[in-house]
Amino acid sequence: MSKNSFKVLRPGINTTFQDLGRDNLYHVGLPFSGAIDKRNFLIANSLVTNREDDAVLEFAYQGPLLEFSGSQTSIVITGNVNFKIIKKDTSEIKGECYRTYNLNNKDCLDIISTEKSVYGYLSVKGGFQINKFCNSYSTTVRAEVGPNNGKKIEIGQTIILNAVDSAIEKSLEYLNSKIEFIRVIKGTNFDYFSEDSIKDFTSKDFIVSKLTDRMGMRLSGPKIKNLKKTNIKSEGLGKGVIQVPADGDPIVMLSDHGTIGGYPKIAVVISADYDKLAQCPPGEKIKFKIVNLTEAENLYKIYTMETKNIINKIR
Amino acid sequence: MIKNIYNLGDAALYCDFGDTVNKETNLKVINYFNDIRKKNITGIKNIAPSYNKLIIYFDLELTNYKKIKDTVENLDISTFESAKTKIVKIPVCFDDEFALDLERVEKKVGLGKKEIVNQLISQKYFCYMTGFIAGMPFLGDIKEKIRLDRLETPRVKVPKGSVGITEQFCNIYTFESPGGWNIIGNSPKKIFTKDPTKLTLIDPGDEVEFFEISKKEYSKFNEQK
Repeated sequence: MSKNSFKVLRPGINTTFQDLGRDNLYHVGLPFSGAIDKRNFLIANSLVTNREDDAVLEFAYQGPLLEFSGSQTSIVITGNVNFKIIKKDTSEIKGECYRTYNLNNKDCLDIISTEKSVYGYLSVKGGFQINKFCNSYSTTVRAEVGPNNGKKIEIGQTIILNAVDSAIEKSLEYLNSKIEFIRVIKGTNFDYFSEDSIKDFTSKDFIVSKLTDRMGMRLSGPKIKNLKKTNIKSEGLGKGVIQVPADGDPIVMLSDHGTIGGYPKIAVVISADYDKLAQCPPGEKIKFKIVNLTEAENLYKIYTMETKNIINKIR
Repeated sequence: MIKNIYNLGDAALYCDFGDTVNKETNLKVINYFNDIRKKNITGIKNIAPSYNKLIIYFDLELTNYKKIKDTVENLDISTFESAKTKIVKIPVCFDDEFALDLERVEKKVGLGKKEIVNQLISQKYFCYMTGFIAGMPFLGDIKEKIRLDRLETPRVKVPKGSVGITEQFCNIYTFESPGGWNIIGNSPKKIFTKDPTKLTLIDPGDEVEFFEISKKEYSKFNEQK
């Protein structure tokens, strides 16, 4: 019997294998990478009863069109995603996120687009037949490392799935909520910026620009004025770090960011709000609010507890 | 040793070793980096050494800022072994095809091509750190005669292998990338190997020597790969 597989009829804009990310290689220039929206990643694997660190396909904006070959498999899509399943007899099923579907030989999965968000996740029961690179299934396209030779999924290629014994039926009632503020902690160069600019930073709207990808998110809004110096000695960066270059427009570092940077750091997005910020599509307005370290730590506890509670509601 | 420790967000420790960028300070950073790595401290996920800073990333589900700060402050630095280092020789072709900013450099530093190349290849360099893109080494210090600022407008795409200079440093673009350094040559050598047992040819603390190759040797080098 041949293996279960997907043929890629359309790759989508930025479709990559991801997991929880790759640790311990920052010093050679490899960032964590990994699924940008951790909560939706974890829910996806739970719904198809995979291990929490199994690989998924992450897509952004437009997702892939995949033709399934094999006996049967169960899939789920998480996020805010418009998708459909085209059966072999050409009848169509409109897809709902957070519920599993069984695919039969020659069924197609058409992941049309993410809606009012950026990233979505496809998890397949049993996972994909791919290899880890340095303990992780995450793809870092810029360094060409990870599954699929470190590349995005391409048209015409075949993705082999691991064998599964039985189909499943699971679902979850869940809605991705928005939050009023993106909470941040003061950065290590917070005092480089003018009082007026700090006021603007914590009260005015910033708009997510089109110059946004897995590496970083550029914002536009009131210009942030630097009073001290616009370059610092190059040093480490991190997920959620907000740098302000000389032009005054903040850049938020996302999961594939360059590991070293030389712009002053005005703030850092708290771990609990990272998913929600990264899911904001170009054009969306965001507001920042400063919290202290203790508040941020508590908010992260709440975030992990909520994630567990959501996963426990899977039926 | 560490002058100040701050939090960088809620999941990283930011250790400041002082304002000056020199080999001595950087070796302290590298020693801390090696020691913390060896100790496998619970919850530490990643460590990023740079010129004069060390950023330690931890898993907020397993530990927190206070715990990691206490651990780092109480490290016994008298037991630190200095990093094992090596000398790495890197071939560079300075053909006009690769020396994208040669004219600018000549104008700014007031030297001709031959002299600029000689200045660059006549000494060993210390690797302060690697990163930005995978495997990219930050090397220094270059001779004062050939120091200049970054490009006013960075390039959107610097070709893979490009050798650049800026201020007191030189580097090698291990992948195609945006960047603002003055490009004067190109190396055919694969620096980021992707071999999990030895990911990069050049590690922080190593010494690097450039040697000049002709365009013909450069093409041959590529055929061997």
